[in-house]
Amino acid sequence: MQVNENAKEWKPLIVAFCCNWCSYAGADLAGTSRLSYPADVKIIRVPCSCRVNPMFILKAFEKGADGVIMCGCHPGDCHYSTGNYYARRRMTLLFSMLDYLGIDRKRTRVEWVSAAEGQKFSLVMNDFAKTITELGENVKLGDIRCKK
Amino acid sequence: MSMNQKELSEQIISMVGFNPRQCMKCGKCSATCPALEEMDIHPHHFASMVCEGRINELLESKTLFRCLSCFACVERCPRSVEPAKLIEAVRDCVIRAKGANFLSPDAVPGKLDPELPQQAITAAFRKYGK
Amino acid sequence: MQRIGVFVCWCGSNIAATVDVAKVVESVKGEPGVCFAQDYQYMCSEAGQQLIINAIHEHKLTGIVVCSCSPRMHEATFRKTAEKAGINPYMVEIANIREHCSWIHKDKDEATEKAVILARAAIAKVNLNAPLQPGESAVTKRALIIGGGIAGIQSALDIADAGYKVDIVERSATIGGKMAQLDKTFPTLDCAACILTPKMVEAAQHPNITLYTYSEVESVKGFVGNFDVKIKKKARFVDENKCTGCAVCTTKCPSRKGGNEFNCNLDNRGAVYIPFAQAVPNVAVIDSTRCLHFKTGKCGLCEKVCSAGAIKFDQQDEIIEEKYGAIVVATGFQISDVTKFDEFQYTKHPDVITSLELERIMNAAGPTKGTLLRMSNKEHPKDIVFVQCVGSRDNTARGKCYCSKICCMYTAKHAMLIREKYPDVNVHVFYIDVRTPGKNFDEFYRRAVEQYNVDYIKGMVGKVYENENGRLTVQAVDLLADRRIMLETDMVVLAAAIEPSSGVKDIASMLTASIDTNNFLTEAHPKLRPVESPTAGVFLSGVCQGPKDIPETVSQAGAAAVKVVGLLAKDKLVTNPCTATPNELMCNGCSSCERVCPYGAIDYVEKEVNDHGKREVRRLARVNSALCQGCGACTVACPSGAMDLKGFSNRQIMAEVDAICK
Repeated sequence: MQVNENAKEWKPLIVAFCCNWCSYAGADLAGTSRLSYPADVKIIRVPCSCRVNPMFILKAFEKGADGVIMCGCHPGDCHYSTGNYYARRRMTLLFSMLDYLGIDRKRTRVEWVSAAEGQKFSLVMNDFAKTITELGENVKLGDIRCKK
Repeated sequence: MSMNQKELSEQIISMVGFNPRQCMKCGKCSATCPALEEMDIHPHHFASMVCEGRINELLESKTLFRCLSCFACVERCPRSVEPAKLIEAVRDCVIRAKGANFLSPDAVPGKLDPELPQQAITAAFRKYGK
Repeated sequence: MQRIGVFVCWCGSNIAATVDVAKVVESVKGEPGVCFAQDYQYMCSEAGQQLIINAIHEHKLTGIVVCSCSPRMHEATFRKTAEKAGINPYMVEIANIREHCSWIHKDKDEATEKAVILARAAIAKVNLNAPLQPGESAVTKRALIIGGGIAGIQSALDIADAGYKVDIVERSATIGGKMAQLDKTFPTLDCAACILTPKMVEAAQHPNITLYTYSEVESVKGFVGNFDVKIKKKARFVDENKCTGCAVCTTKCPSRKGGNEFNCNLDNRGAVYIPFAQAVPNVAVIDSTRCLHFKTGKCGLCEKVCSAGAIKFDQQDEIIEEKYGAIVVATGFQISDVTKFDEFQYTKHPDVITSLELERIMNAAGPTKGTLLRMSNKEHPKDIVFVQCVGSRDNTARGKCYCSKICCMYTAKHAMLIREKYPDVNVHVFYIDVRTPGKNFDEFYRRAVEQYNVDYIKGMVGKVYENENGRLTVQAVDLLADRRIMLETDMVVLAAAIEPSSGVKDIASMLTASIDTNNFLTEAHPKLRPVESPTAGVFLSGVCQGPKDIPETVSQAGAAAVKVVGLLAKDKLVTNPCTATPNELMCNGCSSCERVCPYGAIDYVEKEVNDHGKREVRRLARVNSALCQGCGACTVACPSGAMDLKGFSNRQIMAEVDAICK
């Protein structure tokens, strides 16, 4: 959660995991084409969507992220042939578990964005940021392993 | 562009639900139109005139009531501009300005026909009345 | 603890206009490990790089963060800079504050805040970076070309001339592609066959080139320098080595009801056929779906008349396995489906044809032996109407949103050729815009208008219908005069949009090369790497990458060939050092990682480990770093968290998440 001092306006914190081969390049293309999306979205580069360990997402929610989005190559187009299929299954399970834990299903999303889809990247991020802003501030997950 | 014209232009664009700037002025709508010879302003002018805010000229145009609402132009437009809807929206503005509407909301369901585009029915009733 | 230097680039005004770079420098100075921070106009310039080198020496830096453009642009540049200064190149991380920040945000405070966060994440990551050493892999000195049109032939010839072995895989029975179907070429009006067939023959006779015609790529495995490819050589039912191309069988074949694809199905061919007279290889092929022998078990006439004994009804598909170092995709294009445009009556009236069909009608080897005739009654036409942009620049479900690029020029060519040969025929062209960029292109179009009196009318055709005179009426509008036009004509020629060949999606998935929403293959960089796919070792040639004409295709084919030669000339390739690595103490040998590895890079060894003083032999995962491509699938699949990825380790990404969510 970030608070803009002047406006006191609440801004969501959104973490985006982007595959180096498709959506990261798609985000680059969105930049090159000057297609804007909210600054609340912060991108972390991963070699493939299958590199996204559910721990990373839990960590983000533990640290106060309001939404997490994972972008990979379209099914069938994975640079490493099969990575996005693993990611898809993994995230389906993780997101339903997070929902059970109290993190609204709308706060987590998987999107397929290719390197050529700068416009799609911008649309997806605008839409996701809008959804998260509407949902408001998120609850924080606690890590019971190291209670303060 | 006077303020009124600009507002009307924006209102029409919001009514049709697409961006008329997508028009590439290919003339397919006019080429397709079966009522072209009856019109003073041809369908392919509508998109650019709405964008430029030349609404007054459109409001006075004969075209509004010569258009058959056959939707051939909507079917064929390569840019998804849907000229008939633009004409329809301008026509709506004229009717609203007069405060007249030939159709009461209750009457609509009875007129519906699955074979006909709904907009064509409402357009026909707006134009030709009771 | 690392000693980190942060370098914030202005990129002229690209970054500095929306991000307060001085503020970024100030904000990161207190971050853990940071002992130096500076901004500069252009970090990637020689002076900027020198600034980094000096800072490394002066402040004894061990890690570098450059806040600049995308790592896809200059990561390699800054890694080299670090190497020059004597530190490991993998101790460099880039914070992308241009594409992901300054270019998309307008509010300066907001953009600055985000830039600081991105820089912080990169600093957190560098704190955990470790020096990495890239490995080496061998290069198979052989290239594969998929597609035997002019693009594939030209790439193959250029690679072969440089001294490397090349195989061309072509799915039809002959090489030559679409260019072989053309009559004349613009803007010189020279005959397509006269300039193409010598190249086809050269490719067939070149000692370094092997042709696999009537063949398809079945599967592709491996990676740059080491692709394992299976090629399916479909059964021709004709022995290629025995067939002399005498064509006696093709004239005797009694099954002649099916269309001749080479002539756009305007005439028929036998079930046994040679695609066209100059086909390479000049060998017959039996179409088993039409052959009476395959359908009824009888006939076999071709076998009887073949004096060479080349007919082999029992021939089977054959799988060829070969290794390649590089692959060129040259799959080309096809004419898009115009049947959806029912207003033009293409399916209903034989006098409404596509431009490629006109090309065959105008060709001496075509269905009318080169005489311009109406297909309906074989009479000489008086008027011809050309319709431009049929399916091009059309963002609806019927069409393609792009400009097909070649139609304006070939229509001008057709118009001119018709007016030249038949001055009595009136030619009308309905256009939206005439687009003729290119050397001598606009002059060519103007010649059609000024010297050949071709009637160009601005405006799309609304509809075409048959009138009571047995001719066609074209209903349109002259947009410049703003009036209706009803034009009576004998033929209508549609300039149909071109689209990537069918099957290109399968090829792209096999190669893990990305394609765009129109199925054109994506290039690695739209300006600076136009002939490379983002997938290493895969190169693009011709229309598979985007619409282009013959001269452009040939130049791109040459460019792709140079890239291939550049790759094959290397004895060793430097491999990505960001590979998976197991922690032996945590691994329990469960095989989860092995199952998800797409490269078969993981196997198991029995190894003695010293687990906190306890010595025992355990089954442990072992990664072959020459095969590992660094996707990280195994790292997440590992239930004990033993597997990690160098360069993108669990701790590094966690640290980034931490830094962003601070």
